Amino acid sequence: MILRLFRIRGGVHPPEHKHPTASRPIEACPLPARLYVPLQQHIGAPAEPVVQVGEKVLKGQLIGHAQGPVSAPVHAPTSGTVTTIAPHAAPHPSGLPVVCVTIEPDGEDRWESAPAETDPFLLTPREIGERVAAAGIVGMGGAAFPSAVKLGAATRTPIHTLIINGGECEPYLTCDDRLMRERAVEVIDGVRIMLHGTQATRALIAIEENKPSAIRELKRAARIDERVMVVRIPALYPMGSEKHMIQTLTGRELPPGRLPADLGLIVHNVATAFAVHRAVRFGRPLISRIVTVGGGALREPRNREVLIGTPIEDLVECCGGFAEEPARLLMGGPMMGQVIPWNAPVVKGTSGVIALTREEIHIGETRACIRCGRCVSACPVGLMPLEMASRIRADQFDGAVDHGLNDCISCGSCAFVCPASIPLVQFFNFAKGELVARKTAQDKSQVLKLMAEQRQARLEREAREKAEAAARKKAEREAAKRAEQEAAARETGT
Amino acid sequence: MYAAIVVLTAMGLSLGFVLGLAARLFRVEADPVAEKIEALMPGSQCGQCGYPGCKPAAEALARGEASVTLCPPGGRALAEELAQLLGVQADLSGVKDAVPMLARVDEDLCIGCLKCLRACPTDAVIGAAKQIHCVLPEACSGCGKCVDVCPTECMQMLPIEPTVRTWRWPKPVLAAA
Amino acid sequence: MALKIELKTSPHLKDTDGVAQIMRNVVWALLPVCAFAVWQFGVSALALIVTVTLACVATEHLFNRLSHRHGTLSDWSATITGLLLALTLPPGFPLWMAAVAGFVAIALGKAMFGGLGFNVFNPALVGRAFVQAAFPAAISGYTQPGLPGRFLEFIPTTLTLPFTKPLALDGFSSATPMGEWKFNGMITSAGDLFTGMVAGSAGETSALLILACGLYLALRRFMDWRIPAAVLGGAALTAGLFWFVDPGHYPTPMFVLFSGGLMLGAVFMASDMVASPVTPWGVWIYGLLIGFLTVVIRYFGGLSEGVMYAILLGNACGPLIENLTQPRIYGARKVRQNAGNRT
Repeated sequence: MILRLFRIRGGVHPPEHKHPTASRPIEACPLPARLYVPLQQHIGAPAEPVVQVGEKVLKGQLIGHAQGPVSAPVHAPTSGTVTTIAPHAAPHPSGLPVVCVTIEPDGEDRWESAPAETDPFLLTPREIGERVAAAGIVGMGGAAFPSAVKLGAATRTPIHTLIINGGECEPYLTCDDRLMRERAVEVIDGVRIMLHGTQATRALIAIEENKPSAIRELKRAARIDERVMVVRIPALYPMGSEKHMIQTLTGRELPPGRLPADLGLIVHNVATAFAVHRAVRFGRPLISRIVTVGGGALREPRNREVLIGTPIEDLVECCGGFAEEPARLLMGGPMMGQVIPWNAPVVKGTSGVIALTREEIHIGETRACIRCGRCVSACPVGLMPLEMASRIRADQFDGAVDHGLNDCISCGSCAFVCPASIPLVQFFNFAKGELVARKTAQDKSQVLKLMAEQRQARLEREAREKAEAAARKKAEREAAKRAEQEAAARETGT
Repeated sequence: MYAAIVVLTAMGLSLGFVLGLAARLFRVEADPVAEKIEALMPGSQCGQCGYPGCKPAAEALARGEASVTLCPPGGRALAEELAQLLGVQADLSGVKDAVPMLARVDEDLCIGCLKCLRACPTDAVIGAAKQIHCVLPEACSGCGKCVDVCPTECMQMLPIEPTVRTWRWPKPVLAAA
Repeated sequence: MALKIELKTSPHLKDTDGVAQIMRNVVWALLPVCAFAVWQFGVSALALIVTVTLACVATEHLFNRLSHRHGTLSDWSATITGLLLALTLPPGFPLWMAAVAGFVAIALGKAMFGGLGFNVFNPALVGRAFVQAAFPAAISGYTQPGLPGRFLEFIPTTLTLPFTKPLALDGFSSATPMGEWKFNGMITSAGDLFTGMVAGSAGETSALLILACGLYLALRRFMDWRIPAAVLGGAALTAGLFWFVDPGHYPTPMFVLFSGGLMLGAVFMASDMVASPVTPWGVWIYGLLIGFLTVVIRYFGGLSEGVMYAILLGNACGPLIENLTQPRIYGARKVRQNAGNRT
């Protein structure tokens, strides 16, 4: 069976740079001296710590439980002692701290429980969802949305197709490629568990054509289940974007504000499928992941299986350190990844740690826009980046929104092709942030206005009540006086 | 030549008459601008503008007695909206977005006097007599009225520290024109 | 070891092309055309090209100084304007008028709008339109190509002193193929049109050479191939229609494509990035409009040539075309309308 593929608009072909890490097997990373496990590694509410400073924890032990409907728990990546629960540098461009549980490993790496295999196909879909939630699995392609919430959508809307995203269209990154090549059977098992969990009728594993070995391995492993189909898709950035993967595979565009589930679709990353396999079949929480450590500044670029919470510093050290000082240190791929502080830890959504040299970046000095229109041709969403940027530059945020700012997926294709090196994505990020800030301020101002009005009303009511009470008292007093007088009069009268 | 003068004058007069007539016939009743302005205002009645509350300030603005940049808590965004509503060109370059401030109680100094509690226009201070007070950050408008009444200087206005969630990308600074 | 974080957004990679590189390649693509002009028309053409280019670069420099801006000379855009403008002028055009044209091109065509990226019209054509109006006699005096003494002496009009009447072009003058057709009903042979051994503006005569240079730019992605394709297509369609209706009166589409300044205009001027629309559909509409207007002006206008005004009109319609052809946003059912109007 051949699946008909659909074209997407725009897109770019950045240089791949995948070879240095794609050709070598995944290696483990030695235990670092300290692990910094952030309580929030996902979209949604942060986890609530359930351990105390000084407490001994075992590998896989729950250290933070999920708060609210969209959240994920956090587990100890190894056995050791909790030394602090305090703010530590977050893997975020601001360099601001987030609360982390710091664990000093004891080196024994002792599991909380012995491995116990269960047959996932005997479980109900709800139980699978519960196990995925308890394991703290989040989307591992980078967005880090709690996976159980997505799987749970299947209980509300019927899902017919499960899409597994093995696109990995970002340059440099090869962690999904290596995972598919080396652990194809486990990935397929995870996909089948998710099929069972969502009750979907088929699963499409989409892999870009530049990963022939991964396609071969997964096709071989997928033979055990005819519902699972491996699809070769064109290598084009940003093919890995959820919206564009859906468009490529189904020809349908996700209407604004709708979720894939509304179209009967659900999209998960291959690394998430692997984590689901471990969690549901073996009851193991998400405490490690495969990270591509790459970039021209590194001495030994590799794919490493890394414990969550490992500082970037240690990770770089175990890859031979830097050959030269990197111009930028990134988390994620170079097209959408973010600059991060040097001491930030690896989190569940870290697909890569990329150290780029100045030559690799070669983004020149910003010049005036010459309206060449390359950004318009490159935009996969059909926007006019040059128009949006010129409006944002003049602080005309409404104009930018009219031009589709809210539809922008920040893929960076426009800035990649811009010959004038205009920081288009930063303009869009700035404007999106400004709009959020204004909305927040407006919401707060509404609340404050309401509170001020209520207070005013209360003060008036109190004044009125006081006046009424005074009047009543006065009336009572007078009534009493009158009664007294009357009584006195009666007495004197009789 | 005289004909031209006569014709042009007559045209001018008649057109002027038509215009005048139209102005009377199609006159639009003035919008209740003050109410619209008040709806935009923060509404916390903080009095930082120099008027007793948001309503008097809105009325002053509608009368054209106050500048659109009068409201520090509203910041640049409000000034822009007001300028648009009133159709005035205002120089907003000087209006910095006020650094949002929040009141905080220094617990070592608070004597539980209830003065700030009564002064707060949004009921953001909670506490009881002889108990240490506390400010609810969600309800604090940052107006600073509590600071003025506090007898022990335990109320402080502190800028809101950005967190990973509230941090925003700055506007790109371009060297080239 | 402490690393400083440089606060930059993604993407952290960039395609190789830069503004300066694009512009430099356009200059390279123009050089063969210039060389051919010099070979054909001699030292006068060389003096003309040098004068106009220097005038443009000097004006750009002057306005940079006045507006305290730097670094726009290194982007080669003023050089391109100068070369293009020179190529659209008759080879014997008086040099002082050429310098005026260069000044006007940059000052009125570009600096007035705010410099590179903001001009509505192609600056070179603004300069040419100015001298067309200011010096109508001088700009319609064309010389024969390949005169024997062309490398040793100037065409007499070249060295006209400022504000004096140019000498008559006795013995040199020749009509352009377009002029021959329009005013004398003569059709120049196709072979002469392809090779460019005809009278005309300094750089417009060899259609084949221009096409080859354009092909280089298109293949290296320094030019949007769709615009020249649309302009030539529009002109061929319109001319074909007229020819089909009355083959005795109107020339063949082939003649229309390869005569006059159409090829130079289509390849190097209509495709000016700054003054052309950027939307996928807008590009085609813009090009077709220019092609159509060129033929209509040639057939029914007072002048024998119509490319310059067609492109200027196309430039003027650019923003409107762009606004009407906004691309559809992913997931949105309807095409956005007039998003650009609200500012």
